This record gives sequence, C-alpha cells and structure tokens, in this order.
Amino acid sequence: MKDTDRFEFLLRFGDSALVLAQRLSEWVGKGPIVEEDIALTNVGLDLVGQARMWLSCAGEVEGRGRDEDALAFRRDAHEFRNALLVEQPNGGYADTMARQFLFDHWHLLALKAMEGSRDERVAAIAAKSAKEVAYHVERSTDWVIRLGDGTDVSHERMQDAIDGLWMFAGELLLPDAVDDAAARAGIGPDLAALASPWREAVGAALAEATIAVPADDWAQRGGRQGRHTEHLGHLLAELQFLQRAYPGAQW
Amino acid sequence: MPIDTQRAVDEAAAPDRGVADLAAVWLALAAIPDPEIPVVSIVDLGIVRAVAREGAGVVVRVTPTYSGCPATELIFGAIRDSLAAIGLPDARVEVQLAPAWTTDWIAADGKRRLREYGIAPPGSAIPGVAAIDVRGISPLRAAGVVVPCPRCGSTRTRLTAQFGSTACKALYRCDECLEPFDYFKPH
Repeated sequence: MKDTDRFEFLLRFGDSALVLAQRLSEWVGKGPIVEEDIALTNVGLDLVGQARMWLSCAGEVEGRGRDEDALAFRRDAHEFRNALLVEQPNGGYADTMARQFLFDHWHLLALKAMEGSRDERVAAIAAKSAKEVAYHVERSTDWVIRLGDGTDVSHERMQDAIDGLWMFAGELLLPDAVDDAAARAGIGPDLAALASPWREAVGAALAEATIAVPADDWAQRGGRQGRHTEHLGHLLAELQFLQRAYPGAQW
Repeated sequence: MPIDTQRAVDEAAAPDRGVADLAAVWLALAAIPDPEIPVVSIVDLGIVRAVAREGAGVVVRVTPTYSGCPATELIFGAIRDSLAAIGLPDARVEVQLAPAWTTDWIAADGKRRLREYGIAPPGSAIPGVAAIDVRGISPLRAAGVVVPCPRCGSTRTRLTAQFGSTACKALYRCDECLEPFDYFKPH
C-alpha cells in the first residue's frame, strides 16, 4: 500500500472520530438531563482520544512533520476525510442519537475487522477503540429503541431522524480505491463485507424500536474523499478558531 | 555472552555502578495515586506494564486506560516527577497500546480498596435476579446484571446512567440504602 493511500486511510478514521466528538461537545451544558450531558461528553472524549491516535499515526506516515494538532487545527474543510454522516448538525436529541446509532454500529464492525490488521499499530488502535465503542453502541441503540418505541411524539421524531440521516449512512459502506488498497494490503476492513452485518444489526434495533427502515437506499457520498456538506465549514470555524487566530498558542 | 547471563551480571553489579534499582522504581510508582480515583495507585490499576533500564536511567511502559482519559498526561508527569525524586531525572515514559488495557489487570487489593471507597469494582456484577426480566421487553438488552451496592451489599440497585463522573464508571443507585454509587465498568 502506498504511503499516500495509507495516509488517506488513516485520516478517514481520525477525522470521523474528531468531527463526531466536536458535534457531541456542542451538547456540553445543554444536555436534556445532567446524566445525558455527562454521557455525551464521555462518548465525545473517547472519540477525541481515538482521533489523536489515528491522526498522530497519519502525520508520521505522511512524513511532512505534521502532528495530530497540525492535522486537526490547520486543514480546511476540503482536506477533511470524515464521513458526511458525522458532520450533520445535532438537531434534537432524536437526531443526535440516530446519527450516533447509525455510525456506532458501522464503527464497531470496522474496528473489529481491523483488530487483525497486518499493520500492528492500526491493529492496536482498533482493538483499544473497539472496547470503548462497544459501550457507545449499547447506549445509542438503547436510546433509539426508547424514543422509537416511546410516545407518539418521540416515535415521530426518531422516525424523522432516521429518514433524514439515512442517505448519509450508505457512504460508510461504499469502498473507493483507497479502501480497496487498504483491504487488499490486509490493513483496513473490506467495507462491502460490513454491509450485511450492519444492515442486520441496525435493522433488528429499528424493528424493536418500531421504526421503519427507509425504503430508498440512495446514498450521498463524498465526505471520505473531501467533498462535504455545508455544515463542516461552520463546525471547523469553531473547532479551529483559537489556532487560526493565535497560531501555535499553548496553554 | 547470552542475554540472560549479561542481565544477571548487570543486576549483581548494579549497586556499585549506580544503575537504577528497579525495585525502588516500582516502589515509587506504587505510591502514585490515580488522579481521579486516588484510593488506587497507577500500579494497582495495572497501567504500568513494564520498567526497564535504559543507559543510566529507566523507561516506564504505560498502557492508558481509556483513549480520551484526561488524566493520562497528568499521570505521565507524576511518573517523571516521582522518579526524578529518587534520583532518576531522565526517566522516560513510553506509551504501549497493545494489548489494550483491561480491568482484569486491576489487582485484587485495588478492587478491595475501590469497594471500601464506595465504588463497585469491575467484576462485582452478578447474573440477573431482577424482578422484571427485560428480555421479554427488549431482546437486544441482556437480562439485567445486578451490581451489588458497595456500601450495604444490597442487590436492589439500578443503573442511572451508563457513564458517570469519568468514562470508566457507570452511575448506579441503591434502592435499599438510597445512596448513589459508581460502578467501575468491566473493560
């Protein structure tokens, strides 16, 4: 696998974790109840930690002297390789939980597949992250079921959330040349092979939540290649402000 | 010379050559409390994986608990400080990612102290004897395991939140003594 492909491959995992963590951090102090506020923050913290490991690794592979901070704070939106799903706005609690649920199930499958990666560092990061993400899956699934199979209002909100986000989830399962190169080298997961277990897990939970699986499977793609929705720029403006205004500032 | 023989020679000669005394290093590390749960040391937690000589100094290999644990940097600093205090100013801390940290590495004594501190230790959960079998309501959710209250021992407890004051703990509440408590999640 070429180093340029390996760099792209590592950025995809690092950026998705970082951007989702930033979204979750937007809830800090605004959670519906204190326990949820704390839980969202903890999930976000896990993801920040994972993003640091992926981005440090990416920076070393790139070999241009960029560390995790340089990659997180000094790249523009088109240089980010996160999935479109994770940059979608928080919306209401059902939207946040639906986004988390669709991502978590894919994330766990992808990480589990990478535990046997031929790249020892990738395998180590994946194994460590998978233990944390197992708790994320449990939590977001629980909320999708509670809200979906809750009151008329919560059901409607969860159904709307799943309907609205569905077109952004499909991208996670559509491999491109970089994914293929990583899979062939035995470093990354075979994304197409994750489709069926993902559909099974997500489908079982949605059935229990009395939420209908959207009929239209058309997927918007592009995030993992650097073509983003209008939301990412705004998110980065907040995430990167300090380092853009005061380059190299430390505390 | 075979490596083992060389090591034996090194260790025998250590006191005379000013080489780091590894037992003293372990002792110093065992005195460093976890910043968030000060009742256990970083050695009790099982995150110190190895200590080895490196020139005239030592290298300490540490496996962090959770990826985003904010205490990690603080712990690294505390290790360097306490080793400097026993005459090893150049001690190096190295992160070792694999194998991933597990709560199985928490020493029995550490688990006992967690319980005394009011935190239900990992592995203290017992198979569900819950009054309501949630499997009928939700096949995806396991039949609730029960975490006995670390204060009164009652099994009439319930989960309040899957995350507590730190990523490694869940929040519980005892219906017997009415106290809230933390459960150190198995990981």
